[in-house]
Amino acid sequence: MAEKIQMLALSPTMERGRIVKWLKGEGDEIASGDVICEVETDKATMEYESINEGTILKIIVGEGKDAAIGDTIAIVGEKGEDISGVLAEIERGREKEKMAVEGGSREGESRVAGEEAEEAKATATAGVSAGELFTARSTDESTAKSAARSITESAIESTAESAAGGIPSGKGRVKASPLAKKIARDAGIDISSVRGTGPEGRVVKRDVEGFLRAGSKSAAFGRTEIKEAEGLRGRKIPVTGMRKVIAERLSNSKFQSPHYYLKLTVEVESLMEARRRLNESVGKKVSFNAFLLKFVAEALKRNPQVNAGWFGDYIEYFPSVDIGIAVALENGLITPVVKNCEKLGILDIDGELELLIERAKAGKLKPDEYSGATFTISNLGSFGIEEFTAIINPPGSAILAVGSIAEQVVSIDGIPSVRKLMKLTLSCDHRVIDGAVGARFLKDLKDIIEEPIRALY
Amino acid sequence: MSNEKNYDLVILGAGPAGYVAGIRAAQLGLKACVIEKDRPGGVCLNIGCIPSKSLINQANIYRSISRLEYMGISVDTGNLDYGKVFEKSRKAADTLSRGVRYLLKKNKVDLLEGTGKLKDAHTVSVDGTDIVGKNILLATGSRPKVIPGFEFDERLVLSSTGGLMMEELPKSMLILGAGAIGVEFAHILNSFGVDVTLIEMMDSILPLEDRETVKVLAKSFRKRGIKILTSTRAVSLEKKESSVILTIENSEGSKEKLKADKLLVVVGRSPNIEEIGLEEAGIEIEGGFVKVGDYYETSLKGVFAVGDIVKTPLLAHVASKEGEIVVEHLAGLSTPAKVDTLKIPSAVYCEPQVASFGYTEEKLKGEGINYAKAAFPYRGAGKSVAIEEPDGFVKVLYDPEIKEILGAHIVGAEATELIHEVLLAETAELLPEDIATMIHAHPTLSEAVMEAMRAVEGWAIHI
Repeated sequence: MAEKIQMLALSPTMERGRIVKWLKGEGDEIASGDVICEVETDKATMEYESINEGTILKIIVGEGKDAAIGDTIAIVGEKGEDISGVLAEIERGREKEKMAVEGGSREGESRVAGEEAEEAKATATAGVSAGELFTARSTDESTAKSAARSITESAIESTAESAAGGIPSGKGRVKASPLAKKIARDAGIDISSVRGTGPEGRVVKRDVEGFLRAGSKSAAFGRTEIKEAEGLRGRKIPVTGMRKVIAERLSNSKFQSPHYYLKLTVEVESLMEARRRLNESVGKKVSFNAFLLKFVAEALKRNPQVNAGWFGDYIEYFPSVDIGIAVALENGLITPVVKNCEKLGILDIDGELELLIERAKAGKLKPDEYSGATFTISNLGSFGIEEFTAIINPPGSAILAVGSIAEQVVSIDGIPSVRKLMKLTLSCDHRVIDGAVGARFLKDLKDIIEEPIRALY
Repeated sequence: MSNEKNYDLVILGAGPAGYVAGIRAAQLGLKACVIEKDRPGGVCLNIGCIPSKSLINQANIYRSISRLEYMGISVDTGNLDYGKVFEKSRKAADTLSRGVRYLLKKNKVDLLEGTGKLKDAHTVSVDGTDIVGKNILLATGSRPKVIPGFEFDERLVLSSTGGLMMEELPKSMLILGAGAIGVEFAHILNSFGVDVTLIEMMDSILPLEDRETVKVLAKSFRKRGIKILTSTRAVSLEKKESSVILTIENSEGSKEKLKADKLLVVVGRSPNIEEIGLEEAGIEIEGGFVKVGDYYETSLKGVFAVGDIVKTPLLAHVASKEGEIVVEHLAGLSTPAKVDTLKIPSAVYCEPQVASFGYTEEKLKGEGINYAKAAFPYRGAGKSVAIEEPDGFVKVLYDPEIKEILGAHIVGAEATELIHEVLLAETAELLPEDIATMIHAHPTLSEAVMEAMRAVEGWAIHI
């Protein structure tokens, strides 16, 4: 039986390691205890003693490449054994990881093809697109294609011509009866966005019919029309579509990025005054968030280390400031991205935002409109939340959580005064942003917010 | 005086609904008891399904004598001792009835012998003793329906019970009612050489089955010498010393007198809802049946009714399923609120057998539902020819767009077994292509099912 040789934690703090040198190669026999390679860890270069026995059938992670704890670095087994199954397994696991952590693709080609279809098809692709919710940028075309394919396969079973209904749920396969799948296929909807009420959560005919009746064509992001809250009680709803992606992306982010939080309170009088005057002069209400975006963009310009992304063996300091803003949807959330914020004036930002948010709520955002945020802002102030900590949205390394504005009594030179205060909490990925760096950014942001003129110099 | 044990469920009647519910209750941790005034197993086991199948089986064996003769073996049928045939049917009934007793005991379900009567929502009185329970399940079954003027004496005028308890064969028999029971009796009696006339008020024997399947059966019956009179009603009866004279009237109004040794009246069954305390307890009756809502709960909360006393198809497997639904519901399991009538298989065990489920063409047409059909003749499946049973076909009714299976009708050997493959597809929402592409062993009759599905897809091979 072929076995996977996995990267082990060679030191207590090790999370990833780089294979410096393979001491055994494909075809070599290894015994338990043999040193098969040298691994560079966070602390030092260590010898990797094998716990497996057999013949090395394939090296998966080559010299100079690194792997996370648990990743397969080689396959060992009996000479001549067929390892295609194990290889496929590893490949699938890798693609999933790529999607989750560093995002995998621009999916430009496959996505565009899907989108160009009519509304009906669009819903199917959109169900897939949900899988790309927080996808990062990547210039790797082949990864893009294959990653897109794996998500396409799992999300749109309808486009595949599989006759034999796949009821058991494998990775990403939807449990649905063949009849339900056919109805969904014919109606052009993505069956993974339908909640199943059959045996073991299986999607059956009545579920698809109910979905169609509820006017599902607009449910682009796998949003079923569960409008009545009481409709949820007692139900077990399979995780599919947008919910699945949110779960995966945010779990991965939380578990892999070492989050730490910096909190700061800012006085917003000046900002509100500036906004009031601007609104007066342009004759329209510029959104509060547009100001936040503009000021954050400025602060990021001055602190490029915060506008960066972790890519395992390198950190990219992004060429532009693309800020994502979290928007709540009916059954989930999405972050439309305003690109090149550092080059846009506030009115342009506001216009962009308005458009994007409208499209987000209608479920019509295109993938490149919600991917690739280098920094994200989440504002729960309107919900009355005073302060909170947000989860970093990859590929960025920081996210700003904005709380509500409240009048508080503060001490100004020893005299109690009333000021309008707003709490900011910045979550940072410690792999990319060290404490002082994050603090400096936040301080700069505070300065700009409290004295908007500072944005000019 | 009341019992020491307080039951979770008190079941009145140990027929297919009652005893199955009792065992299921035990499986789910409910303390149950079943009250039965006669023999466990109810009508089905004792004077219904089981003995009739035993008689049918022996009738089929008797019919195959002609095949023995072909092989050069001469058989003296003059030695036929029908009493022995009857005995075997009783043996089957007895064995299974004892089996039910054993199953109840094994599952620790108390079997209380006696006549039960509902006292209130939590009490059933059994010959004076009060049995108390949280919930009550009424499953008292049904009895042969009596037509005024044709009352049973079980000598000249027989009910199905009398028919199954005959120890000697009459020379001739008039059968009034050509539903499943009448048709099966016609098959049994004719097989053993009795002169049979089958009389039916509707315009077809087996009026609830698909017309095309029935045509095949009727043709076979006529070939065997069974006389079939449809659209004919019985007007009056004259009983002689050892024969009967039945006056019938056909659709044109012309009357005729038929003479035979005995008359078998099998026009339906009446629910046993009398004298079990329903009226006093305030349980609503509607149209002669106990009125029930979701999960078969009656108008009296905590009291449920299933089987032949509710207005659902009077079939043993329906009764069992209903009993299971009640029990599973009481145990807190998620269960449909009632049996889906379109998924109930019907089975008639004459030869050739007739089996079906779902919509008939007539019903689809009547409801204006768009459908398509595909059929495959038994003859196309090699096995049927090899075993000399080539008559029959498998017919599938389906939605032409999404190919959802709407109904299936099979007439031919083993139809009652074959129907399940198609029923499974319908219940599990499989598509015709799932059956069409599955490998079926060769040679089997099931291949006819596979080919019928291939016909749906447009590529049946052996036709």
